[in-house]
Amino acid sequence: MTALTDDTLPITPRAMRDEMIVFVLMALALAAVPWTGIYPFFVMQALCFALLACAFNLLIGYGGLLSFGHAMFLGTAGYCSAHALKVWGLPPELGIVVGVAAAAALAVVTGFISIRRQGIYFSMITLALSQLLYFIYLQTPFTHGEDGIQGIPQGHLFGFIDLSKPTTLYYVVLVGFLAGFLLIYRTINSPFGEVLKSIRENEQRAISLGYKTDHYKLLAYILSGTLAGFAGSLKVFVAQNASLTDVHWSMSGEIVLMTLVGGLGTVFGPVVGAFVIIAMQQYLAGFGQWVTVIQGVIFVACVLLFRRGVVGEIAHFFKRSL
Amino acid sequence: MQALYAQLLVGLINGSFYALLSLGLAVIFGMLNIINFAHGALYMMGAFVAYFLLNNNWLSIGYWPALIIAPIIVGIFGMILERTLLQWLTGLDHLYGLLLTFGIALIVQGVFQNYFGSSGLPYAIPDELKGGMNLGFMFLPVYRGWVVVFSLVVCLATWFLIERTRLGAYLRAATENPTLVRAFGINVPRMITLTYGLGVGLAALAGVLSAPINQVRPLMGADLIIVVFAVVVIGGMGSIMGSIITGFALGVIEGLTKYFYPEASNTVVFVLMVLVLLVKPTGLTGRAA
Repeated sequence: MTALTDDTLPITPRAMRDEMIVFVLMALALAAVPWTGIYPFFVMQALCFALLACAFNLLIGYGGLLSFGHAMFLGTAGYCSAHALKVWGLPPELGIVVGVAAAAALAVVTGFISIRRQGIYFSMITLALSQLLYFIYLQTPFTHGEDGIQGIPQGHLFGFIDLSKPTTLYYVVLVGFLAGFLLIYRTINSPFGEVLKSIRENEQRAISLGYKTDHYKLLAYILSGTLAGFAGSLKVFVAQNASLTDVHWSMSGEIVLMTLVGGLGTVFGPVVGAFVIIAMQQYLAGFGQWVTVIQGVIFVACVLLFRRGVVGEIAHFFKRSL
Repeated sequence: MQALYAQLLVGLINGSFYALLSLGLAVIFGMLNIINFAHGALYMMGAFVAYFLLNNNWLSIGYWPALIIAPIIVGIFGMILERTLLQWLTGLDHLYGLLLTFGIALIVQGVFQNYFGSSGLPYAIPDELKGGMNLGFMFLPVYRGWVVVFSLVVCLATWFLIERTRLGAYLRAATENPTLVRAFGINVPRMITLTYGLGVGLAALAGVLSAPINQVRPLMGADLIIVVFAVVVIGGMGSIMGSIITGFALGVIEGLTKYFYPEASNTVVFVLMVLVLLVKPTGLTGRAA
C-alpha cells in the first residue's frame, strides 16, 4: 500500500523557512483584499472553508484518517453559535465560545466511537454519525428544521468592534483564520505531529514503539473537530444564517474535495483548494446541478491523475515541502 | 395490530434493499478492496433503466423483462467503469477507492438530476402483482410480499454461488491471494471486472424492485447508501450470510421503531451502529479490519 503523501521526512530548517515565507506572503495578500475591490463576502466565505479544510487535512493528511462527516462540526458549531447569538443574545465572543465548545464536545463523543475502526470503516462511521446528526437537527425545534436559523445579529466583538461593517468583519475573520492555521501548522510540526505521521505510515510499528496510537488519533480528531467548529462559528457571522445544508453529507464531500484539489497532507493545499472550489461554485452558480457533475469529474480526475493536488504538484516540482 | 404488521412489512422490504446492497458492497470489497460509494447511484440507475424501458415508445418493455435487462445494462455500465477507472487504483490506499466512487456517484446523480429534477416519477405495479391478499391477521399487498420473497431468493442464490460453487471458490481464493490464483491460470482481472458487474447488478435489481414502491428519483440512492454503510459497519463485511441477515434484521428493527417510536425511525440504524461499535468494535460477524 502506498502512503497518501510523500513527505515523511522530518521538517528541515529550510522547509520551515520556505513555509514561513509563503505564510507571510499569503497573510499579506489576504490583508490587502479590501483594497483590491474583490467582493469581500466571497473571500470571507472562502477563508471559513479554508480553515475547515485545514482542520480536515490535519486528520487525513497527517493522521491518515479520512473523515467523511466533517460537516457535522461545521453545522453543530454554526447552530449553537447562531442560537447563542440570536436567542440568548450573547455577545459575539461568547457566541463563538459556545459554538466551539459544542463542536469540541461532539468531537469527543464521535471520536471515541469512530476511532475504534480504521481505514475505510472510519470513513463510513463518520459519514453515518453525521447523517445521524443531520436527522436530529432536522427534528429538533431549536434548529427550525428546513428554514434554519436566519437573521443572526452580528453585534460588537469585545463590545467595541462592529462586525456589521464588512471590512471590520473581514479582518476579524482573517485573524481567526490565520490563528487557526498557525495552530494547525504548529501541531503538525510538533512531536505530537511527528507521532501522528508515524501512525499514518505504519500504525503497528508506532504501537510497537510504545505509543498509545488510539490516544493520539483521538486527540487529533478532537483538535480537528474543534477547529472545524471554529470555522463554523466564524461562518455564522459571514452568512448570518445556519441551515441544514451545513450538516448535509454533500458538505462533507465538498470539504474532502477542497483538500484533495489543494493537496492532501500539504500545509497550504487546503487553502488553495477551498478558494478554487468556492470560486468555482460562485462562477458556475447558474448551471444548476451541473456543478455537482463538475465536482464529481474533479474528484475522479484528482484521484486518477492528480493525486498530489495543486500545492502538492508545485511542491514536488520544486522539490520543496509546502 | 394491523399497523404493526404493516410497519413490519415495510421494514422487511427496506431490509431486502439493505441486504441486496450490502451484499453487493461486501462482494465488491472482497475482490476490489474498494468501498463502492457509487452503489446508491447505480441502484438509482437500475430504477431509471426500468422506467425508460417501460416509457420509451419504441420499446415499452414491461416489469418482468426489466427485472433481468436493467441489472444487465447497469452491470455492463459498472464493468465499463471498472475497466476504465477503478482498475487504476490497484495498489493505492483504500481511501482513494472511496473518493473515486464518490466522484462517480456525484456525476451520475448530477446528470440524472439535471434531466429529471428531484421529484419522483411513478412506475406502475405490474398487473400480475396488483391487489392484495387477506392473511387473516393483516392485508398483504401482493407486490410487497413478492419483493421480500424474491429478494430473499436472490440473496440466497448469491450466497450459494459464492460459498458452494466452483466459480465461487475461485472468487474466494482470489480474494485471499490473487497472485497465487493467477499462477494457477485463472484470469483474475476478468474475474474482478465480473465481480464488480455482479455487485452492481444486485444494486440495480434492488432499484427495479423498489421502483413501484418508492417512485423513481435521482436521489433515491443517495441517502440509502449511507444507511447501508451503517449496516455494513454493524454486520462487518467478512461473511455473505452475515450481510444478508444483518440487512433484513435492521430493516425489521427499523420497521418496529416506526411503529413504537416513529421519531427515531430515521436514526435507529445509526444509533444501533454506535451501540455495536461500543460493544464489539469489529462488527457482529466481521474480523478485525
